[in-house]
Parts: sequence; C-alpha cells; structure tokens
Amino acid sequence: MPVHKVVVDILLKPEILDPQGQAVANALPSLGFAAPVSVRIGKHAEVEVDAAGPDEALEQVAKMAEVLLANPVIEDFSVRLA
Amino acid sequence: MSEPDATHLGASSLDTVARAGQTPEQDQPFLELGLKDDEYARIREVLGRRPTQTELAMYSIMWSEHCSYKSSKVHLRQFGDGPTSERMLVGMGENAGVVDVGEGLAVTFKVESHNHPSYVEPYQGAATGIGGIVRDILTMGARPVLVMDPLRFGDADHPDTRRVLPGIVAGIGGYGNCLGLPNVGGEVVFDPSYQGNPLVNALCLGVLKKDRIQLSAARGVGNVVVLLGAKTGRDGIGGVSVLASATFDEDGPARRPSVQVGDPFMEKLLIEACLEMYDADLISGIQDLGGAGLTCALTETAAAGRSGMVAHLDRVPLREASMEPHEVLASESQERMLAIVEPANLGRVLDLAAKWGVLATAIGEVVEGDRLTVLWHGEPVVDVPPASLADEGPVYDRPMARPADLDDLRALPLPAYPAASRELLLEMVASPNLCSRRWVVEQYDRIVLGNTVLAWPEDAGVVRLSEETGLGVALATDGNGRYTRLDPYAGAQLALAEAYRNVAATGAVPIAVTNCLNFGSPEDPEVMWQFAEATRGLAEACRVLGTPVTGGNVSFYNQTGATAINPTPVVGVLGLFDDVARRTPMGFQEAGEVLLLLGDTREELGGSEWAWALHRHLGGTPPQVDLERERLLGEVLVAGSRDGMLSSAHDLSDGGLAQALVESALARGIGARIVLPAGLDPFVQLWSESAGRALVSVPRSEELRFTEMCGARGLPCTRIGVTDGTSLEVQDVLEAGLDELREAYEATLPALFGPLAGASAARPHDAAL
Amino acid sequence: MKIGVVTFPGSLDDRDAQRAVRLAGGEAVALWHGDADLRGVDAVVLPGGFSYGDYLRAGAIARFAPAMGSVVDAAKGGMPVLGICNGFQVLCESHLLPGALTRNQHLHFVNRDQRLRIASKATAWTSDLPDEVVIPVKNGEGSYVADEKTLDALQEQGRVVAYYEGGNPNGSLRAIAGIANERGNVVGVMPHPEHAVEELTGPGTDGLGFFTSVLKTLVQA
Repeated sequence: MPVHKVVVDILLKPEILDPQGQAVANALPSLGFAAPVSVRIGKHAEVEVDAAGPDEALEQVAKMAEVLLANPVIEDFSVRLA
Repeated sequence: MSEPDATHLGASSLDTVARAGQTPEQDQPFLELGLKDDEYARIREVLGRRPTQTELAMYSIMWSEHCSYKSSKVHLRQFGDGPTSERMLVGMGENAGVVDVGEGLAVTFKVESHNHPSYVEPYQGAATGIGGIVRDILTMGARPVLVMDPLRFGDADHPDTRRVLPGIVAGIGGYGNCLGLPNVGGEVVFDPSYQGNPLVNALCLGVLKKDRIQLSAARGVGNVVVLLGAKTGRDGIGGVSVLASATFDEDGPARRPSVQVGDPFMEKLLIEACLEMYDADLISGIQDLGGAGLTCALTETAAAGRSGMVAHLDRVPLREASMEPHEVLASESQERMLAIVEPANLGRVLDLAAKWGVLATAIGEVVEGDRLTVLWHGEPVVDVPPASLADEGPVYDRPMARPADLDDLRALPLPAYPAASRELLLEMVASPNLCSRRWVVEQYDRIVLGNTVLAWPEDAGVVRLSEETGLGVALATDGNGRYTRLDPYAGAQLALAEAYRNVAATGAVPIAVTNCLNFGSPEDPEVMWQFAEATRGLAEACRVLGTPVTGGNVSFYNQTGATAINPTPVVGVLGLFDDVARRTPMGFQEAGEVLLLLGDTREELGGSEWAWALHRHLGGTPPQVDLERERLLGEVLVAGSRDGMLSSAHDLSDGGLAQALVESALARGIGARIVLPAGLDPFVQLWSESAGRALVSVPRSEELRFTEMCGARGLPCTRIGVTDGTSLEVQDVLEAGLDELREAYEATLPALFGPLAGASAARPHDAAL
Repeated sequence: MKIGVVTFPGSLDDRDAQRAVRLAGGEAVALWHGDADLRGVDAVVLPGGFSYGDYLRAGAIARFAPAMGSVVDAAKGGMPVLGICNGFQVLCESHLLPGALTRNQHLHFVNRDQRLRIASKATAWTSDLPDEVVIPVKNGEGSYVADEKTLDALQEQGRVVAYYEGGNPNGSLRAIAGIANERGNVVGVMPHPEHAVEELTGPGTDGLGFFTSVLKTLVQA
C-alpha cells in the first residue's frame, strides 16, 4: 500500500480562550507592527500512513486526530493531504 | 466605537423587563435550567411578573446547589456556632476567613473543589481550580503565598486514571508554577469510588496587613463598578449549573459544555495590579469572578452592601461580539475581578491597570435603592432585588436515611492478620496510597518566593511570613473517605484530628480550620445522612479542639451513575509559628538518637490501609477518636519544639507505625533499630492506625527531660528504639535495608505513570562527555 | 556594589534574586522591563519565572522589552549579566548566549535539589564556587540544545560553567546546566542559585557563591 502524507491542523475552538495567541497579539504592536485584529496559535502535525487511497488515509488520520492529536473538548482540527 | 447593531438591540428578540411585564404567559424553560416548579413560582412572586430570559438564567445559576448551598446551609450553621477566637477577623460568609497572626499581619485561607471540570478536561479543570481559589484569597486583600492540592483518584492502575491524573497534576503545576506560588503539600489518594469522579480540591493561603482587609460590599451611591482582567467569552456557559450540579452520564466527557481555559499569566498581572490598588487604598469593595461569573459578582456585591446597582452589560469587553446578555452574565471566563471604586480614584485605578497590562472597564455604578438593574444597549433586561439571588435562595432540609448497608459493613470481619515480615513491609510501602508522591510533587514549584521551610514529604507545609522575625504558618489537609464511609461522624473528626496532628508535629500551634466537603447527591437520603453526620462531627471536634472554622466549600453530586463517592470531608488546619526556625522535620536527623512512640496503640485495623491495599476490604469501624488526647499530644509536640528537645516528629496515620518509621528513615537515609513492647501482636503494633499518636526522635541528652514532660502531662510515651544504621530493623520481627525500602517506595507511581525526569537512559549526545 | 534585577510581567523569582544579592552583601536594585534606564547598576540578574507567560517560546517576547535593549548593550560592553532559568532563556533568545532551551525531555516540569559540577570558574559569576554544588532546579523548558559544532566549541573554550551530576533532570545535551559567553561576563544557568542561599529554606547555601563571585569580580575590576 502506498504511503500518504496527511497534514493535521489543530486549533483551539473559536470560543475557547487562546492565551498564547493573545500574548503574541499584544506583543506585536510594541515591536512596531500594526496591531493584529486577532492571533490564534495551534498545532500542525504531519502523519504518514499506509493506505489504499487518499480517502482512506484521510479517514485514518482524522480518527487519530479525534482520539489523540486533538482534544475534542477544546480543540477543532482539519485534515488534508500534503 | 460603532453603534450597536440591530441584532444586538434585537427589538424582536431581546427579552426586556418591559416585555416580560407584557407577556406574563410566555413559556419559560425553567425545568431545563434546573429550577423546580416551586422555585420558578417563587421567582415570579419575588419579581411580581415572569422573569426575563436573562433573569431566569441568573436565578437558575444563583439558586443552583453550587452557588446557593441550598441543601447544606442548615447543616453548615453549626460551624458558625463553633468556638470563638480573638484571632478571627473575618469569619464565614465572606470569600474566605481572615485570621490575625500577630505582628500586624493576618492570613486568609480556603480550600475549594473543582471536581467536575477536572474530570471533563483534567488539565484546564485543575488549572482553573487553582486560579479560582487564588482569586478568592486576592479578593480579601491578601497576597497569595502558597497553594496545596488534596486530590482523589480512581484505582491507580485503572486506564482512565492514566488520563486523569497526569492531566490534573500538569494543570495544577502549569497554573501554580506560572503564577509563582509554591505548592507545599496536599494529598494523593486512590480509591475506586472516585473512578468516574476524581476530587480536585485546591487550597490557597494569602497574607495581608491586618488593616488592609478588603470586603465585597458595594456601598456609596455614585461609586463606579469596574470590571478588571480578561475579556469575557463563552467559557463554561452554564458550567456552574450544568457541570457542577448534574452527574455524569455514560456518554463520558466528550460532549460537554465548553470548558474554561486558564491564563495564569493574566492572573499574575491581575494579582500585582490589585495589590497595588489595595496598597494605594483605591478600592472600596471587590469581588472575584468565579463560578457564575458576573451574575454572582454583581448580585453579591450589591446584596452585601444593601445597595442598588446599575450595570451596562454592553460595556463588558467581549471576546466574541455575538454574545447575548445572559451569556455575558453567566460566562465563567477566568482571571476577572469586579471592583467598586470611588469616582475620584477611578483614574488611578485605570492607570495601575494599564501599568500591568490589565483591562479595566467601568461597567456600572452604585445607585440609590435596592434594585440591581442590568441594561443591554440601554434596555433593562434585569431588574431584581439582589438579595433574592445572593442570600434568599431556596433552603432545603432534605430527607436523611442511615445507609442500609452500614451495619453489614461494620460487622464485616477483618481478614486474618498476617505475620509481620520484611515482605509485608515492602509490599505496604509500595502500595498506591502509601508510596512516594515524588512523581506528582516534583512537577510543582515548591520553593518559589523563597519562604518554603517544609514541603512534601513533611507532615505539613511550613512557610515563613516574615524574614525579620521568622513568623510563619503551617498547613495540612487530610480526609479519609473509607473511615467516613464506615462512620461519617467519626470520619470527619479523624480528618480534623489528623490535620491537627500534622500541623502540631511540625511544632506549629493549630489555630483555625477550613474544609471542603465532597459528597454524593444530596437528593439521596443516605448521602444526606452522611453529610449531616460528618458536619455534626466536625463542628463538635472544632469546638473541643478550640479551632474555629473560617470558611469552606461544599461539593455535592460527586458520583457516577447512582453510586456516590466515599464521603470525603477534606479538612485543612492552619498552625502558627512565632519563629519557623524551630520547626521540627519528620526525618531522623542523626544516628544514635532515641525513638519514642507517643500515644496508645490499640488493635484498630477497620478501614485501614492494610485491609484495603492487600485485601480490598472495607469494613469494621474506624479508629477511636479522642480529641482531648489529640489536644494533649499537640501541646507536647509544640512544647518539644519550643524547648528544642525534638530532632524529628512524624504523625502516625495511614499505614501506622511501620509507615512512619520508613518515611522518617528514608528522609535522610538514617535507619533505626526497634524493639516493640510486649503485649500486642507485632503486626498490630506496626500497622494499626490508632489515632492520637506520633513518632519522635530525641537526642539522648533530652530523653529524660522529654519523657518527664510527657509523664507530668499524662501522655503515654514508649521508648521503642534508636536511630542507627542503614536498615530498618524490628527486633525478632523483620529487617529491611533502606535501599530496598526506597526502591519499593519510589517505584510505584513511575511504573504507572511514566519514569521520573532524569531516570531514563542518557541521550546519545551524553556519550560525548 | 549595585546589582539590578529586572522584573518582566510574569517574573516570579525576582524578589528571591534580590534577597540573594542582599545576603551576599550587595545592594539589590529593582529594574522594570518597560524602563530602558539601568539606574547605574554594576551588574544585572535576569530572574526566573514565566515572562509573558512563556507563550510562544520561553523568553521570546521578553527579549524585546526596553530594559533588554539596555542590558544587551551593557553586556556587550562587559557588564556582568546572569540569567537564571527564564533569564537564561531570555539570554539565548537575545543571542547573548548560543543555543536554546526546549521542553524537558520528559515533558514534565521538574523541581528537585540538583547536584552540579562546576566546570568553569573563569567567569564573573562562578569564580567563588567550589567544584560541586547542590542547587534546586525547577523548569519546564530547561533542556539545553545547540548544534554539535556549538556544543564542541563551548566545551573546548571552557564556556560550559556547570554540568548536571547524578541525573540529567531535563535532557539537556551533554548534561549542560549553564554556559558563558566568550568574555565570561554573561552567564546563563538553568538551576536556581537564589534558592540555595539560606539553610532554612534551601538545600544549603551553595547558591550564594554566584553572587559573591560577581561582587568580588566587580571589586577587582
């Protein structure tokens, strides 16, 4: 079976406070950048899996994201092929 | 700023006070919000109309068990009738009690639960538990100086414990460490009754100048209501009423309302900003925002001041613009405080907030009258008497029933006693409830602020308050769910007795009590009986020991399905040192010193750690309580410290004398040779959990003076051996090397939860050295 | 001798560093992150803590503070600068010291008393130390990393000031606990000497040596 590389992007849900993004947003103006409207910081994972096809690869990794990579209580994620 | 848009004004959807008056028959989802028929009827009676949607949300939150203490109030009154103390500056009723410790200083301390949120999202639940209790202490005007965490988990080897425990420990560390508060003690206890409902209690202590106590009352017409700290988002909307007052179903934690996320950095800034405002005497009233958010803060400050108040809700800085008024009021966004400020001081308050990078927004003012009016873009959406929410909620004297299985449990015969042996000792010290807590406590900063004198594994945390004089405090928390299951009255007293003993063992004089009462559903008569018995026992014990309850917290609905946790009253005792330099450590200090066992050992193994760890046996009756004896033992331990007679002192509790000997020996690697007195079976002498006992070591030169003091005061004192060597030897019974004891004692938690830092093989690069 | 201690938003061990300076016989001067004025101090300590919450990367935001601009200039001019824990991270982010500090190998915060082997006494902050000390370590992002070439150079040039002994608490490469710049005036250490300055509250008083070292260095300068 061919190897597929799947990218997972994980971000806190919009209603969840992101202290990290907020701290960066607050710091940027003091460095001379225009104040951003908002900054949110998340995680990026690249997972390589053996799968019959891209759909199966996406499905496999989405399951991984749901169970382990992301915390569904506070985070959303998306998967795409690299 | 742009004009409010039409959807906010919601001419068609906004449920205003005027509209509520015009549409009395409109159906309202009060049952879904957890209100009962008669409670809803009472709201209508109080208001003389149906509540608006926003008012309904406020009543549902404020009249929930979590906020109103409606099931516990009638029992908690006993604490108010407890012993009086000249030291008590502020008693129960405010955010936390305040105790005079001399030298112009006072301390305030409190323990609170964050059990349900920590099961849903262990890291954030535990983290925001620390954040919440720290703000309670800050609210009193104090600088927080230490935290402690009494924790209860399901079985140590259960798969879900592997999810819950590391997350909770990391959350406590993550928040507390970043806040710069030393974590100086606490408890970690495993029992299957906590499997679906871990207990995460958090204690904080703060110190303040006696004359700088802050109170919550909003007074002074024209004073400004200022919201300080983080923006308000949809954190934990309904969290209080849903999370804290309903039990978990079988769906597990995945589909839960959004949890609060803590920002300890913001909290640190908020602390520094508030303390500077207090120092400059700029604040006339202050209240933290915790469970129930603005709803609670607005109603409690107005009710406490017997004042009217107007709040412009649309001025609250929001993280999400689409929030509705009831969401703004119910939001549990963390790191916020509500201050009442005289108009003349407002500018300086805003300046200090800006200095620390903390948002500060005037959202309302204190007005004549006794109504709390909340406006949304100019339209009244709330118009209520604040006391009806804060103080005059429903009170229930719920039915009680002695648990049907209690007599059977108490009559359950104990397993046959084994012979005391080296193997038994190694097995016991490695058992989950007796083994080393290093895996947990190494994740906590125990020394930041530079005043930690004693921390884990000592009997109590000891922290210096004054570098000049050595004035300091000791704190310990204890609570034994098994004892309390077998006898809630005695169990609560034993919890107090143990914490009292722990504090006295360090040499501090016990002076005050806080508690966190963790129980199952109050709607279960058997749970309610446990609660009533436990509070009765605790109140009586506080009276005998002369230690007033300064405040506390009740956590109900701790159960999975229909099964309640073992009732777990966690009791914290505060002790006082005139000079922490005389603290007594629990570890043997040098070889050749005399070991004395203080108190009486009886055959008491009901509910013991031995019965549980080796036989999963919970039955019989817990150890006998003798509070006069506890008080006498405390006096002797304090006197021994004052007169410099003691090298070490360690209280005896879970695991009995055997456990105390091992812990005292391992502390500095100094062994002991023990000769047990004739009479009781050696196994019973080593593992009985009789209360009112302590193990002390004294230099030979002090032995006579100390034993004569015990004799004069009538405290039994038995010479049981000397410190010596690198093993623990009990003559004719067993001998175990300290190395093998240490290995057994230290290995259990790393084996379950992962190796300790630095314990694994070196990285490849290390070979380059 | 005046030793400044910079307080950033989120600094935690700043008062402890001030206490250590006083106990060592120096005068502690509180400096504020937003103020570029170093108030005439002879040396600077960047204390431990979580400046700016350690969000993004530990020390990443603190290095842009106005006070840091002055500290970097002064350090380049030879002023002794000690970064402790978070301060070490700030020094690395500011490129006053090479390498970086990453999450502990075991991903847990760790707080314990730690044995250190002092490998270089040729710096402003270590001249007065014995060969081995016991000092508390407490960090979550304390794993020192750098490329092989940098690590080789640090060791060859005697710029590793301390190694972890008896267990590497955070997985630092080559068990490095602290390093110095080429000139020896700038030192970063992950463990906390300011928490080993009193018998009552620490594992001993070994940490005082860092502060007496710099006071002696300054007197001799």
